Amino acid sequence: MIQGPPRGVNSAPSQRPLADTRAPNEGDGVDTSPDVSDNIAKTTCYMCACRCGIDVHIKDGKVRYINGNKDHPVNRGVICGKGSSGIMQHYSPAKLKKPLLRTGPRGSGAFREIEWEEAFSIATERLSAIRRTDPKKLAFFTGRDQSQSLTGWWASQFGTPNFAAHGGFCSVNMAAGGLYTIGGSFWEFGEPDWDNTRYFMLFGVAEDHDSNPIKIGLGKLKARGAKVVSINPCRTGYNAIADDWIGIRPGTDGLFVFALIHELLRAGRVDLDYLLRYTNAHSLVIQEPGAADDGLFARGTDGNPLAWDRVAKAPVSAADADAKPALTGSFTIDGRRCVPVFQLIADRYLDESYAPDAVAGRCGIPADTIRRIAAELAHVAFEQTIELPIAWTDWAGRRHETIKGRPVSMHAMRGISAHSNGFHTCRAIHLLQVLLGTVDVPGGFRFKPPYPRSAPPGPKPTGKTVKPMTPLEGTPLGFVCGPDDLLVDEAGTPTRIDKAYSWDAPLAAHGLMHSVIRNAWAGDPYRIDTLMMYMSNMAWNSSMNTVETMAMLTDHDDAGNYKIPFIIYSDAYYSETVPFADLVLPDTTYLERHDCISLLDRPISHADGPGDAIRHPVVEPDRDVRPFQSVLIELGARLGLPGFVDEDGTAKYADYADYIVNHERTPGIGPLAGWRGKNGTAIGKGEVNPDQLQRYIDNGGFWHHDFADDQRYYKMANRSYLDFAVQMGFIPKAEPIVFQLYSEPLQRFRLAARGHGPVLPPEGDRERIETYMDPLPFWHMPFEEAVVELEKYPLHALTQRPMHMYHSWGSQNAWLRQITSQNRLFVHHRTAAGLGLVDDDWVWIESINGRVKGQIKLIDGVNESTVWTWNAIGKRRGSWGLKDDAAESNRGFLLNHIIGDQTSADAQGKRYSNSDPVTGQAAWFDLRVRIVKCAAEEAGFTEPQFERFQQPPHFEPSPDKLTFGAEFRRAREAAK
Amino acid sequence: MHPAFSVVFFTTATGAGYGLLALLGVLGGFQIIPPDFWLGLVGLGLSLGLIMAGLLSSTGHLGRPERAWRAFSQWRSSWLSREGVASVITFIPTGLFSIGWVFFGRIDGWVGIAGFLMAGCAVVTVCTTGMIYASLKPIAQWHSRFTLPGYLIFSGMTGSMFLNALLHGFAVGSKMLLVASVLLTLLGWGWKLATWRYNDRLEIPTTANTATGLAGGTVRSLEWPHTEENYLLKEMGFRIARKHGARLRQITQLLAFALPVLLLAIVLALPWPLTALLSLLAAIVQFAGMLVERWLFFAEAKHTVTLYYGR
Amino acid sequence: MTCLPSQSGKKLGLVIDLDACVGCQACVTACKEWNTGGHMAPLTDIDPYGGHVDGVWFNRVHAYEHTTEMGGRTVNFPRSCLHCETPACVTVCPTGASYKRASDGIVLIDEDKCIGCKLCSWACPYGAREFDTDVGVMKKCTLCVDRIYNDNLAEEDRVPACVAACPTGARHFGDLGDPSSAVSQLVAERGGVDLMPELGYHPTNKYLPPRAHSKRAASVAAPALEPVRAEGGFLGWVDRMLSN
Repeated sequence: MIQGPPRGVNSAPSQRPLADTRAPNEGDGVDTSPDVSDNIAKTTCYMCACRCGIDVHIKDGKVRYINGNKDHPVNRGVICGKGSSGIMQHYSPAKLKKPLLRTGPRGSGAFREIEWEEAFSIATERLSAIRRTDPKKLAFFTGRDQSQSLTGWWASQFGTPNFAAHGGFCSVNMAAGGLYTIGGSFWEFGEPDWDNTRYFMLFGVAEDHDSNPIKIGLGKLKARGAKVVSINPCRTGYNAIADDWIGIRPGTDGLFVFALIHELLRAGRVDLDYLLRYTNAHSLVIQEPGAADDGLFARGTDGNPLAWDRVAKAPVSAADADAKPALTGSFTIDGRRCVPVFQLIADRYLDESYAPDAVAGRCGIPADTIRRIAAELAHVAFEQTIELPIAWTDWAGRRHETIKGRPVSMHAMRGISAHSNGFHTCRAIHLLQVLLGTVDVPGGFRFKPPYPRSAPPGPKPTGKTVKPMTPLEGTPLGFVCGPDDLLVDEAGTPTRIDKAYSWDAPLAAHGLMHSVIRNAWAGDPYRIDTLMMYMSNMAWNSSMNTVETMAMLTDHDDAGNYKIPFIIYSDAYYSETVPFADLVLPDTTYLERHDCISLLDRPISHADGPGDAIRHPVVEPDRDVRPFQSVLIELGARLGLPGFVDEDGTAKYADYADYIVNHERTPGIGPLAGWRGKNGTAIGKGEVNPDQLQRYIDNGGFWHHDFADDQRYYKMANRSYLDFAVQMGFIPKAEPIVFQLYSEPLQRFRLAARGHGPVLPPEGDRERIETYMDPLPFWHMPFEEAVVELEKYPLHALTQRPMHMYHSWGSQNAWLRQITSQNRLFVHHRTAAGLGLVDDDWVWIESINGRVKGQIKLIDGVNESTVWTWNAIGKRRGSWGLKDDAAESNRGFLLNHIIGDQTSADAQGKRYSNSDPVTGQAAWFDLRVRIVKCAAEEAGFTEPQFERFQQPPHFEPSPDKLTFGAEFRRAREAAK
Repeated sequence: MHPAFSVVFFTTATGAGYGLLALLGVLGGFQIIPPDFWLGLVGLGLSLGLIMAGLLSSTGHLGRPERAWRAFSQWRSSWLSREGVASVITFIPTGLFSIGWVFFGRIDGWVGIAGFLMAGCAVVTVCTTGMIYASLKPIAQWHSRFTLPGYLIFSGMTGSMFLNALLHGFAVGSKMLLVASVLLTLLGWGWKLATWRYNDRLEIPTTANTATGLAGGTVRSLEWPHTEENYLLKEMGFRIARKHGARLRQITQLLAFALPVLLLAIVLALPWPLTALLSLLAAIVQFAGMLVERWLFFAEAKHTVTLYYGR
Repeated sequence: MTCLPSQSGKKLGLVIDLDACVGCQACVTACKEWNTGGHMAPLTDIDPYGGHVDGVWFNRVHAYEHTTEMGGRTVNFPRSCLHCETPACVTVCPTGASYKRASDGIVLIDEDKCIGCKLCSWACPYGAREFDTDVGVMKKCTLCVDRIYNDNLAEEDRVPACVAACPTGARHFGDLGDPSSAVSQLVAERGGVDLMPELGYHPTNKYLPPRAHSKRAASVAAPALEPVRAEGGFLGWVDRMLSN
């Protein structure tokens, strides 16, 4: 029998080993106890962004088997379809083998192999010239990077503001929407209280971020019989198991949420006490139309927002814990009219335009359903409250004998994020949660440390001025609080190549990687010299408007030079982007490298405590490749970047592993928080510990700290937690984090649009800023829907990520691609019938941006005005080690071809990035299409088709047969 | 079910071979046919040839034919194993009967007994073949009362057709056998029509609902577990268009039944050697028709696994 | 021996919860990964990077749309060997390669005896058996017979790979011959069903039906929301609440 409590999530009595695991005496000669592995290396998965802990079983120097680490806080023993297929990624035929230098035309795939020394000298020479003259001529964008605290710092030390990872086309609406509202976000930085919630609403999430934690959580809800409501146009994946599926029309989630808020307000089902304690609902907003501070908070002499004390009938600091603030009414302070935020909220959302009957048609949801959901939310939140018998003390020193909770929780991600109205919709969901009093309470949505942080958190982005040989003053990315923080020059021209933090996208906290190629090609706002990218398939599925993007990458100026003069790209595999690079730096697989999953970046915390993790090499590379982070560190040293060299000019770090242990961002704080200090006893802050990596390895590849019971909830106002957070360096001061239902920073941009303040938007941008920088969440029609003729393009078109694929990586994986090597366009039965289409028909999918051909599959579980397909299955011939007849390049299709990367021209003829106007988040899901049956001779193959890439030197043809695992059996049988 | 040629040919050829063998054994045993050396040699040779060719063809279906000998072991449970055992056992009386006839020129006495035994064994072997298919519950078109008699009838029909051709070839044609062949062919025709009619009206209790355990309403396949064809679909997911199937049924009826009957009717009115020629032609045409029939037997058989794929 | 042995009474098998399966394919690839190096190694993949890729897998997940008068639901449906009590795949085997273990009821193939006649796959209504054309033998789920008794694995890991991997906890493992076992109780509690019971194979594995649109569905008996009555409407209510 097993000693001690069972580990891991799948440890219910019905999931445990047999009571007696001794093999019965069957006498059939079966070897029931074969030797599995010579050793088990515990590291971190990289088959997607979830960063689960894995046990890699090594046998005879090969990877025999990978399973989930039962102790790991992210996955607790389970592993997903991708994680279990890591072997096939590691042994992919598309692995790059050596540095490559382009020999043929860009985009052809003609390369010659070079030595690393030559690669370094080419890169160093080029980058060093840029740094000496104009550092911003290096644009460094890192895609699906899990080392942004290094790469961002590198960019900063180089002196270029042109850095971001892929968040701008992924999640920034969720990040910004959350961080500007509650100081934390859905995405992967918060999670429902899976153990206590009784009503769970899931908006627009496919398997994406936090996938195993969400699946584990859903399993818990199912085991407890809690209700799962999904709001999603598509009824697949998580939505398949919802008790209630609300097949909403894409881009209308905000309206749906406002209708719920409308119903809750009307019925008086909001948590006033919670609002007063934890939000700015009572803060007074100046109502002086035309004034320079109209819409800003009335502030006291100490600079803090004021509230109106109902008892004293006088203004009082909104932060005064003893005050009795009013939530409604209109008050005059110093002769100026002020109203509490909550009054503005009530005024806006009680309006009949947000009533269920008013939004039902647009959302495609019956008004009765909206009313029912509102009633259910209210019922669970207010009639099924839970109380944990744990005493805690709030920031003001008030002791609470129990922890009270309203067991309604919500989660949202790309379905909300990838619309041009996503920022406000995300804020709307947070507003709903806060009105119900369900943020960071038992049964509600919980922050994962280092969140919550102040809303918005510091620091601000830097890079307004760029000087040769000079690091930026801070990090390239950050959070702006008003126009003064924008990265624009006096004429309003963006400083960054991607126009992040400009009037085009003021709150672009993750940059706009999706705009870089176009802007660099157009020289708008300026020309760059070198585009350096890492691990993002920008010439294919990571870009909108793929066809033009590829053309821009290969376009020449009049002198015959490439408009984007030099491209350096690092990736482990021969993706569609590699052939567009001039210099290719081959990366390792995730089993061959060091990494750190840092609290400075995207840690592996869960709501009950912070954590971080490492990767370490568990197998040796069999080819001449190097981990990109080590390459970057060496490049930094060769360039002599401050922080990468010692005073005598020698390299400060031997490689990434050395950096992980020895780098200190601020004194005592380094990439890893565990086992700091000389003897490894400190957490968070502490001296460098030379043994740190070994301690991580010994602990299974991760560090995790469990909160005391009284620190687990109300983190925004929990004294014990806040003190801990300060001690760990998460927040500067142990002050409460006040939820910003009304966002003053947004109002500051509005005021600029009205002509107030020193930094003003160009005339042509003012209406846009006025409209979209609304301090309260609102709904606007997605941009593409607002401009196309809806009769011509009657359908929404979406993509979903297959649960077993991560972006484009899955198709090189011999196992995963067997599950999906051709994507279909899923069309509702009735929609298809109306168009005279039947199952398996081939159709043109046409948007204002172009057309692509694919095969349809009829479906019931989808919003009738929506078609969708699996993302990133379509591949270009010659990439990913696939053969020319692979379904991916012959029958699969890429919807990106028809998604515009720009909005239609406005009245001034200006075209913006096809993005959210607040954050710059790529609006992938705004797409409108029509589908037309293709001619008989056109059926059976996808279009557009592109020239086949040449293969890199010494690439062997992919095998015709795989017998992986036979060698282990042979060895076992030979040993007998 | 995938109509693999190896299996289509195997069952058709061994069916004809055992049918012929059985008739030779019975008619020989009763000494209705003469113990002519050449007739014996060619007749037994033809039937054994058909059987051997069929068995050889069937091993082409095997993944590891070198282990085929193992198939004799599980006769207690497996019809396939029983078929193997029966076919081998059949060789014993067949050997004795052949030796008696060909080498000793006699078909009476112990040779005759061997003939009866041979016929019995042949019938048993055909039964085991039929039972392989008839015992498979996942395939409703096979798991029916039509399958076993069908195998027997078609075996007798094709066997008699070959025997008729043989006798006419040796100018010892028998009107009775000819009529018997015609009657057997008509019986076969009727049986096939009845089988098809039965299959077309078959209400199979196994549905996508019972296959998935999802009660009530409709169960529609949305996505397969794989986008390309796998073993299950290649082996058991074979589909034939209704139109194509109807056409092949017509061809079957024409070749296996109508033409042979017509040809034999003409034989009645013709002199030797035209009778031999036409009888041979009738046998060959029928054999070809039976290959089509057997192809359809597989192609029109629907395995329950296809329910999982929405086929 | 392909005659069914007299059983010990132990019936090891899986219980699959269709109410919790999100179709993530975790069990599918975890199974592939373990077994391609396990008892029946390898699970060959033909044309792995080409247009006709076809590999051997022991576990596959389908997606269906189930529509009844009560509404529609998407159902993800894992399909693997059900380790039937009366498995015709065993009795049809001419060589004794296919057999059912007397001690625990697991249906296995002895590869060395398999002639690759494929008849067992014809006899299996569930499509549980897949032919390895490269090796020329039939392969199938072993219920991880090389895990569940494996002395070289930590005791807690001695469960089938698919059960260990499943992120939503939709897979369960145990002795369905013992009515007091956790799996048997789960089946009783949730109304677990047999697949194709009419064929009489008596599958050991059970499936727990989805709960949406059934009497087992999670529901919230919430009364409809009424607007706050009396003076001042909602804002009046707020004031009254704060004054209390």
